[in-house]
Amino acid sequence: MKSSHRLALLLLLPSFVFVALFSLYPIVDSFRLSFYRLILTLPWLGEKMVGWENYRDLLSDPVARQSLKTTLVFAAITIPLELLLGLAIALVLNESFRGRGLMRAIVLVPWAIPTVVSAQTWRFLFNDRYGLLNFILFGSDAARYIAPLAEPQLALVAIIVAEVWKTTPFAALILLAGLQAIPDDLYEAASVDGASPWQKFRHVTLPLIQPALLLALLFRTIDSLRVFDLVFIMTQGGPADRTNVLQFYGYKKTFAEGMIGYGSAIAVVVFLLSLVLSIFYLRLLKTNRPQGGAV
Amino acid sequence: MNRATALKVFSLGIAAYCLTPFLWLVLTSFKSPSELTAIPPKLIPSFHWGFYQSALEKYGLLGYIANSVVVAGAATMVTIVISALAAYGIARLRLKWTNVYLLLLLVLSMFPQIAIAGPVWSLLDSVNWLNTYKGLAAAYVALSLPLAVWILTTFFREVPVEIEEAALIDGCSRLQALYRIVLPLAAPGILTAALLVFIQAWNEFFFALIIMTDPNVQTLPVGIALFPGEYTMPWGEIAAASTIATVPLIILTLIFQRGIVRGLSAGAVKG
Repeated sequence: MKSSHRLALLLLLPSFVFVALFSLYPIVDSFRLSFYRLILTLPWLGEKMVGWENYRDLLSDPVARQSLKTTLVFAAITIPLELLLGLAIALVLNESFRGRGLMRAIVLVPWAIPTVVSAQTWRFLFNDRYGLLNFILFGSDAARYIAPLAEPQLALVAIIVAEVWKTTPFAALILLAGLQAIPDDLYEAASVDGASPWQKFRHVTLPLIQPALLLALLFRTIDSLRVFDLVFIMTQGGPADRTNVLQFYGYKKTFAEGMIGYGSAIAVVVFLLSLVLSIFYLRLLKTNRPQGGAV
Repeated sequence: MNRATALKVFSLGIAAYCLTPFLWLVLTSFKSPSELTAIPPKLIPSFHWGFYQSALEKYGLLGYIANSVVVAGAATMVTIVISALAAYGIARLRLKWTNVYLLLLLVLSMFPQIAIAGPVWSLLDSVNWLNTYKGLAAAYVALSLPLAVWILTTFFREVPVEIEEAALIDGCSRLQALYRIVLPLAAPGILTAALLVFIQAWNEFFFALIIMTDPNVQTLPVGIALFPGEYTMPWGEIAAASTIATVPLIILTLIFQRGIVRGLSAGAVKG
């Protein structure tokens, strides 16, 4: 073995130990457990191999199907909102004006706030008795106050609002980096050719920030599939499982009900879903990546 | 409306969007119990410290803060040391399989937590590391490694190889070269990575929730999420605890804003 290989092995080994113990082994074990019946509250049943039974149960479980649907709806609404709002913010921050540095710092505030804190913040704003939202909508007329987090139609909307608020800045930052990588002379050339601002945006900006858009899309998709903190704090999956996203359902089955085998099957489904999506995006990114692009 | 005015208006809008929700919680934390439930709500509180006092005395806020500092601090230190070694290997030796390793880390960082949660729990249980600082910190090291290795690899690649080669010719070993030449030059990158790892560990909730079931070792996010209310939610205390948990992060973020933006966008790894 060449000495550089040996040295590399030595340098990478400590990190690999953690990766192996806390990522690789657990994912393999989740796959294995998903083929077993293992229920912590019924220990006398033991650990019994049941083949595809957990997956068959999952297919006929109405809560699981509702949960998959909720997760996909959540992703399909939050991601475009985050990218659009993020792009708007990035376009403003990309202009030169006094106080731009301060603005860039301010945009980081929602990103820096712990998700748990933003969840409590929004839960409080949506409170049915003294939430600010109720006062804005209905004034002091407390009789008309609503409880958005307890309304089947509104609970998911409330969680979407909280998610979009917190994660848009991250999308904005990635898009801003993309905007800054566009050379000024392209805009100048477009001006010389008499292009309107819209034409410049459409034919210079949009094509050139495509890699950044894809990157933001990748990270936001992966993250929206694992939303948990907001649901745990704001609704606990309710009302009537309307906000019970997959990651929360898996947590509930595994840790609250001790259904290790069944919970593992849910875990495997979430995992495969995000794996397929990330491979898809990574391929798109590879073909769309300009020379020397920052990835 | 001219361009400058338009930009001012948009900026104000963005600032309001980013700051208002949390600002409301901060204002709430300084209210008195009667102001908290007042309708119409009082915009400017009377700056009572009552909720902070009761969060500290009745809800053991100091304990949660101490647990968070220990776990996030330990996780950050271990992560940075381990990641610096790995990133140095990837950036300098430029072997094919080390690049594959970098990609593997990226894929791992995309795993949903639930996909590994059960086995991680049993693993820690089997060595009696549940409800211990080292158990949660070890999980955090694994979670933060991809981010830290990616950022540090980017920064190490920017340190010119020539300086290092000169040191190697002068008789430095590789590790000495890393320690004496590369680390000082990559210090801003290391600071950025450390900051992002710390923020990630400080904010993490899912693993803290499943690993720390004993209130004595729970971190701030778990405390804030599970603050018990006897009859009604203790909103004032939650607001006070949330403010304490968040203000240090916001200050750090504002101070190191440039580095963070660079780490997030140039390294382009999720933070």
